[in-house]
Amino acid sequence: MKKIWMALPLIVLSACVTINIYFPAAAAEKAADKIIEEVWQTQHADKPADKPADKPADKPADKPEVKETK
Amino acid sequence: MKNLFKKLLALVALVAAFNVFAAANLEVNTPAVNAIKTSMQQRHGQLAGYYASGAVGLTMDGMVALRDPGAVPLAARQSVNALVAAENQDREALYAEIANANAHPEWQAEIRNTFAQRWIQRAQRGWWVMSNNGWVQKY
Repeated sequence: MKKIWMALPLIVLSACVTINIYFPAAAAEKAADKIIEEVWQTQHADKPADKPADKPADKPADKPEVKETK
Repeated sequence: MKNLFKKLLALVALVAAFNVFAAANLEVNTPAVNAIKTSMQQRHGQLAGYYASGAVGLTMDGMVALRDPGAVPLAARQSVNALVAAENQDREALYAEIANANAHPEWQAEIRNTFAQRWIQRAQRGWWVMSNNGWVQKY
């Protein structure tokens, strides 16, 4: 048990360094999309518009909220 | 006592780790970023027509450029140039501001690249975007 308390900070700190150094590319992409959406006031300019929006259930929940105004 | 110190150290490390995990999310919700966003939002009303006519296109470095001056009536040419310049200034500031807001000014180039790809990806049908082979129209 004692060993865990000693090892934990080391593990955690090493994890810090790894995470902190690298550019969070996925987060950046999400942030960019959100800002672009707001600036252009579009929802999915990049999606093909051939599908009517009648299947709301097949979207995975990890997508940022897509508000269908109008 | 020593044990307590170790526990305390572990706690500090955990808190630090949590903060860093939070940093893995990119902070974009600062007053400066929001101000730039609003400014760009307002300008977009004027720029949208020029994107659609092909007068202005999106470049690969996350900026906009006058692509076809001929598509702009002579009287409006000066104002388009001003719009493009102002837009680019805002975009530059946006990328820098996001990098600074996350305490990583050196991320600016990567942020710009990310935006460049996303602007182009999300550009509307009919707009012109720069590619490795020159200007192409989004379809």
